[in-house]
Amino acid sequence: MEDLLKKYEEKLPSAIIDEIRENMPKKISEAKAREILERIESEYENMKAEPGESVGIVSAESIGEPGTQMTLNTFHFAGVAEMNITTGLPRIIEILDGRKQITTPMMEIYLKKPYSQGKDIKKIAMYIKETKLSDIASEITLNIAESRIEVSINEEKAKELGITEAKLIQALKISNKTLSVDIKKGTYIFKAKSKDENANQIYKSKDKIKESYIRGIRGIKQILPVKKEGEFMIITAGSNLKKILSLPFVDETRTTTNDIFEIEDALGIEASRQALINEVYKVIDTQGLNVDIRHLMLVADTMCFNGKLKGITRYGVVKEKASVLARASFETPIKHLISASITGELDPLNSVVENVMLNQPVPVGTGLPKLVTVKDAGKK
Amino acid sequence: MEEEEKLEVIEEQEPAEAVAEEAELEEVKAPEEKKETIEAEIPIYKKVKDVQFGVLSPKMIKKMASAKIVTPELYDKEGYPVDGGLMDIRLGVIDPGLKCKTCGSKLKECVGHFGYISLARPIIHLNFTSVILTLLRCSCRECGRILIEQEKIDKFGEKLRQFGKEKGEEIMRKKVKDIIASTTGKTGGKCPHCKAKQHKIAMDKPTTFFEDEKRISPIEIRTRLEKITDDDVELFGINSKSTRPEWMVLTVLPIPPVTMRPSITLETGERSEDDLTHKLGDIVRINQRLFENINAGAPEIIVEDLWDLLQYHITTFFDNEVAQLPPARHRSGQPLKTLTERIKSKEGRIRHNLVGKRTNFSARTVISPDPMLMINEVGVPEIMALKLTVPEKVTSWNLEHIKKFVEKGPKKYPGANYIVRPDGKKKKLTEETIEQALEELQPGYLVERHLMDGDLAIFNRQPSLHRMSMMAHKVRVLPYKTLRLNPAVCFPYNADFDGDEMNLHIPQTEEAMAEAEILMLVQTQLISPRYGLAVIGCIQDSISGNYILTQKKFQIKREEALDILMQVGISDMSKLPKKELVTGKEIFSMILPEDFNYSGRSKSTEEPELLIENGKLISGVMDKNNLGEGSGLLLRNIHKKYGEKYAVDFIGKVFRLGIAVLMKRGFTTTVSDTDLPEKVDGDIKHLLDVSRQEVNDLIRSYKEGTLDSFPGRTLRETLELKIMEVLNRARNEAGLMVLKNADRNSHTMLMALSGARGTTINLAQISATVGQQALRGKRIDKGYSLRTLSCFEKNDMGPEAHGFIKNCFKKGLSPSEFFFQAMVGRDSLMDTALRTPKSGYLYRRLANAMQDLKIEYDYTVRDASKRIVQFVYGEDGIDVSKSEAGKLNVKRIIKEVSGE
Repeated sequence: MEDLLKKYEEKLPSAIIDEIRENMPKKISEAKAREILERIESEYENMKAEPGESVGIVSAESIGEPGTQMTLNTFHFAGVAEMNITTGLPRIIEILDGRKQITTPMMEIYLKKPYSQGKDIKKIAMYIKETKLSDIASEITLNIAESRIEVSINEEKAKELGITEAKLIQALKISNKTLSVDIKKGTYIFKAKSKDENANQIYKSKDKIKESYIRGIRGIKQILPVKKEGEFMIITAGSNLKKILSLPFVDETRTTTNDIFEIEDALGIEASRQALINEVYKVIDTQGLNVDIRHLMLVADTMCFNGKLKGITRYGVVKEKASVLARASFETPIKHLISASITGELDPLNSVVENVMLNQPVPVGTGLPKLVTVKDAGKK
Repeated sequence: MEEEEKLEVIEEQEPAEAVAEEAELEEVKAPEEKKETIEAEIPIYKKVKDVQFGVLSPKMIKKMASAKIVTPELYDKEGYPVDGGLMDIRLGVIDPGLKCKTCGSKLKECVGHFGYISLARPIIHLNFTSVILTLLRCSCRECGRILIEQEKIDKFGEKLRQFGKEKGEEIMRKKVKDIIASTTGKTGGKCPHCKAKQHKIAMDKPTTFFEDEKRISPIEIRTRLEKITDDDVELFGINSKSTRPEWMVLTVLPIPPVTMRPSITLETGERSEDDLTHKLGDIVRINQRLFENINAGAPEIIVEDLWDLLQYHITTFFDNEVAQLPPARHRSGQPLKTLTERIKSKEGRIRHNLVGKRTNFSARTVISPDPMLMINEVGVPEIMALKLTVPEKVTSWNLEHIKKFVEKGPKKYPGANYIVRPDGKKKKLTEETIEQALEELQPGYLVERHLMDGDLAIFNRQPSLHRMSMMAHKVRVLPYKTLRLNPAVCFPYNADFDGDEMNLHIPQTEEAMAEAEILMLVQTQLISPRYGLAVIGCIQDSISGNYILTQKKFQIKREEALDILMQVGISDMSKLPKKELVTGKEIFSMILPEDFNYSGRSKSTEEPELLIENGKLISGVMDKNNLGEGSGLLLRNIHKKYGEKYAVDFIGKVFRLGIAVLMKRGFTTTVSDTDLPEKVDGDIKHLLDVSRQEVNDLIRSYKEGTLDSFPGRTLRETLELKIMEVLNRARNEAGLMVLKNADRNSHTMLMALSGARGTTINLAQISATVGQQALRGKRIDKGYSLRTLSCFEKNDMGPEAHGFIKNCFKKGLSPSEFFFQAMVGRDSLMDTALRTPKSGYLYRRLANAMQDLKIEYDYTVRDASKRIVQFVYGEDGIDVSKSEAGKLNVKRIIKEVSGE
C-alpha cells in the first residue's frame, strides 16, 4: 500500500496523498487500490487549471464580488466579553491596502504550560500591559505661577501594579528627558531643565507627561485574560509582536497579532503571507461568505512575492508593473507618462490593458495561441 | 493617442514589417483582376509590438509638422480657414467638402497632422520642472558636469545603474542626490571638476527658478542643461537617446491637429471653437506680440511681462488645474479643459475612450421571466431581431438559402438588412434595392441577416462583477417587447424583474461565436470559480414546489402525475410505478438519471437524511440545501457525472417540476398563516414580561452598585451588554416558540422551512415580537439629552426607551417603536449607499493589480513581465471551477471504486 502511494507522490499534491492514506479501507485488494489511485490521478489531471487561464482576474472577481454583500459595520464583538475589532469591508480594505497603521491592532497571546493553566495569570497580564502615568495618577495640575506641573499618585493603584517610588522616578526620568523630576510630600513635580522655557511650553508638555511610559510592553493598551478550551490566554488591544515573543512565558508557536507588518518584521515574508490569508479569510468567513482559499493565496502572493509586503494601491503592486500604459490606465496617468518619457521607457505591450487600448488580442487565454505560416508557402 | 504625442511622447510602430506585408499584398491582387468579379479585400493585420516613450526634440517637432502657425486668426471673411492659422487645412479637415492639403483625403479619412510655432523666447515645460530642478542643483553651473568626483562616478556608476533598473529611476535619482549632498559638504560647495563655486538653487512653483534669490531665465536654464554630458545624464535615470534635458525647455511648440479639436457649428450658424483652439489662439497671439516687441527693441520690463504671460498660457495649455495659477476661463467663467484634463480621470481619454469601448450589434431593454425557456436561452423581442444582424458568408452551397433572407428585405422577419460586397462595400437593403441585390448576390458576398433562433448572443447585466455576469445564450425570437430569461439564471446575474434592464450583444465573427459557444455558454458557467459549487439552481417557487412534492405525505393520482411530468417535458413514463396513487418522491425520481447515487442532508428536521440510490429518491426532502445555488453537492455531482449539458437540462427540469406542482396544487400566502394559538400569544407576552423584569433587576443592581463589571469594561458597558443579552435571548426564545407552534403546513411556514424565501426570524417578527433594534451593535442611545425621545423620562434605561420593540408587525408598532425602527432602517440604507462605491474601488484595484496574472505552460503563475508569483497555482494547481467545493473528493472516489 505504502509502496503504491509512494509512486504517486510525484504526481499528486501531498494533501491529497494524505487524504487517501486516511480514507483507504484497511482490507482492500491491491487491484482495487491501484484502480482508486488511477481514478484519483485522472480526476486530478482533469481538475488542473489550464495554461493561459487568467487566474488573476478570476481571483479579483471572487474577492470583489462578495465585497458588495459585506456589511460596513465597522465594529463587532462576538460573545459577551470580547473587544471591538474592525471587521467587514473596512477590514478587508485595510489589509489589502497594506496600511502600516491598522485601526484596531490586536494580539492573541498563548502561554506556556504552568501559566496556561491559570498560574499567575493576573500578574502576567499586568506585566504585559503598558502603564502610563495617567493610569496611576489621581491628579495632574499645572502650576503656572511657578511654571511647573504637579502630579499626585493614586497610591492604591500603584501598589496594585507593584510600582514603587524609586521605580517610578526612574521611569519618569527616562521618558521625560527635557524635564526634571522631584518628589515633595508624595507629589511629583516636573520642571523645565533649561531655565528660559516659558509657561506655554510647560503647558504643552502636560500632555506629554500624561503619556509618559512607565512600565509594561509598549503598544499594549488593554488586556483581557480569557479561558478558551480549558486554557488561559490573553487577548490584547494594541500589538507589539517582537517584544511579546521575547517573553519567556509566552508560547511563541501560537501567539499571533492581526498587524501583518509586525509579523513581517518579526517573522519574515512567508509568515506575513500566511497571516494575510488568515486575516482575510477570517473576515470573509465571519460574514458568512464563501470564497475559495486559492483566491486569497493568489492575492497574498501578489502582495508578497517581491519579498516585501506591498499593498494593492498605486504606490504598491501597481507601481511595480513593467508597462507604462497599464500603470497610466490605473491612476495618476500624467505622472506615469511624464516619467516614462524622461527615462525613455519601452512599453513591450505584454499585459492586458495596453492591448485593449490598441485594439489587439490580449495575451491571456484564447489570445495566447498563434498561427504561424511560412511566408512564401502559397507561391511557386 | 494624440494626447500622448502632444506630451512629447513618440509612438513607434514596426514600419519595416508593415511595408513588407503591403508589398506582398499588391502582388496577390494583380492576377485576379481579369473577371468582372470584385476581388476580395484582404485586410492587413498589423501589430504594434511596442511603444517607445521619449521627449520630442525641437528638430523632431519641426520635422513632423506639416505647417508653421504664424497667425492667431482662424477664418477669413468667407469663413475659409486662414493659411498659417490654427485651423489651417494642412493640419487636417473638419469641414465636409474640403480636402486636406497634406494628405489629400476628405473629412473622416484624414487623421490630422501636427503643426508647430516657434516661440520667441524659450518656455519651461510645466511637467518637467521637478527634473529640471534636480538637474540644475546636481550639475555644475559652469562646466555642466555632475557634482560627483570622477573616481566616485567610476565606482558607483555601474551599481547605480543596476539599482535604477531594479528599484525604479526615481529612487536612483534620490540616491544620486544623497551622494551629491555628501560630496558638497566636503568640497565646500565647489565643483569637483572645474572648482567653480556653486550657488543655491530654488524653485518657485510652478515654473520660476532662482539662484541665490536671483531669477534664472529659461534661456540660462536651457544653456546650462545643454552643457550636461550624455554620460552624466544617464546617472539621473534619463535616457539620453530619447531625451535630452534641454528639450524640457521648449523653443518650438507642436500644434495638435485640428481633428482633435474640432469646432462645432451652432444652430445660429455661429462657430464655437474647442477649448484647445482658444488656448492655442492665446499662445500664438502673445507669442506674436512678444516677437514684435523684441524686434522693436521694447524695454526689458515689457518683454519680461509678455514672456511671463506666454509662460502662463503655455502652462495652462498643458494643465489648467495647477494649484498656484488661476485657471484660464471661458468668457462665461467656466474653466477651459486643456490637455491634462482631457487625459485624466474616469471621463478622460484613457479610461473613457481607450480602456472602455463601445459596441455595435447590441441591445438593451427591460427583462421579464419565462420559466418555459431553456436555461441557456434568451427571449429576444422581434423588433430587436429585425435590427440585430448576423453576417453570413454566401457560398455556392447556401446561395439559395440566403437568397430567401434577401428577398424578404429589412422589414419582414426573417430577412436581411445589408449585403456586403467582397471589396467591403456595404449596401443597405430597401424595398427598391432588393431585386438588384438578389441579382448581384453571388458566392463571396456577405449577407447581414436578421437574428434567428439558435444564434448566439452574449447577455449581460451591470454591475458586471464576475464572469457569470456575461454569459452566452441561444437566441429565441419571441413576440412582445422585453428580453426574457429563465428565472434560474437570475442568481448569477443578480437580476430581478422589478424593472431591471439587461444588455445583449451579438458576436459578429466566426472566432467570436466559437469562443462564446465554447467558453461562455450558460452551461460552461454552471460551477462558480469562486467556491466550486453550482451558481445556477432553483429559486423561490421552484424550491417550494419541490419541497411540497418530496414531502412524505405527498400523494397524487397517477393521471395527475403524468400531467405534471408532461409539463416538465418528460414523455417516457415507463419508470413511473403503475399504481393508482404515486408519491411525490416517485415523481421526483423520474427526472433523476437511473444510475445516480447521492447522499446528503436536507434542511428539514423531519427527514434530514437525503438518500438517492440508483436514481430513486429514497428519503429526504428537496429544499434549498440541495437545489439552491451555492449549496450542497447534488447539482455539482450531477454536473460532474453527466456533463454540463445534462446538468443544465436537469436544472431546467427540476425548476419546471417545482412550478408545475405548485400550479397543480395551488400556492398562496395569507396573514392568517402567521396566526398563533391564543395560549402561545399569552406565553410570548409572559416571556417578554419576564425579560423586562430581568432588565429592571439589572438596572437596579447597577444603580445600587452591586453589579460586577466584566474585565476591561466599565460598569455601564457591562450593563448594556447584559441587557442586550437578555433582550436578544427573549427574541430568540419568542422565535422558537413561533417555530414550534405555528402551523407547519401553512404556506408561509413552508417557504421559510424550505428556504425558498424568508427566515424564521422574519416569521417571529411578524407574529411574536420585532425585538431589539440595534444601531452599530448597541442599543439606540441617540436623541435628546439623557433620553432618546421626549416621551421617555430622563435617564430611563429600560428596554422600551432604547429601541426594544415588543409588539409584532401584525399587531402594529407604537409611535416610539415605529420611530426606532425607522432609525435603524435609515442606518442600513446609508450603509448600503456607502458600501457600494467602497467595494467598487476595491474591486477595481484588485482587478488592475492582478489582471495579467496567468498560468504559463509550465503551470507556474506569472505576471506580465514573467516574474513568478506562484510556482503552482493555489499550491495544487486545481482550478476551483473544476473542483468540488475547492477539493478533489477522495472519499467519493474510494466509495465508488470499492463499491460501498
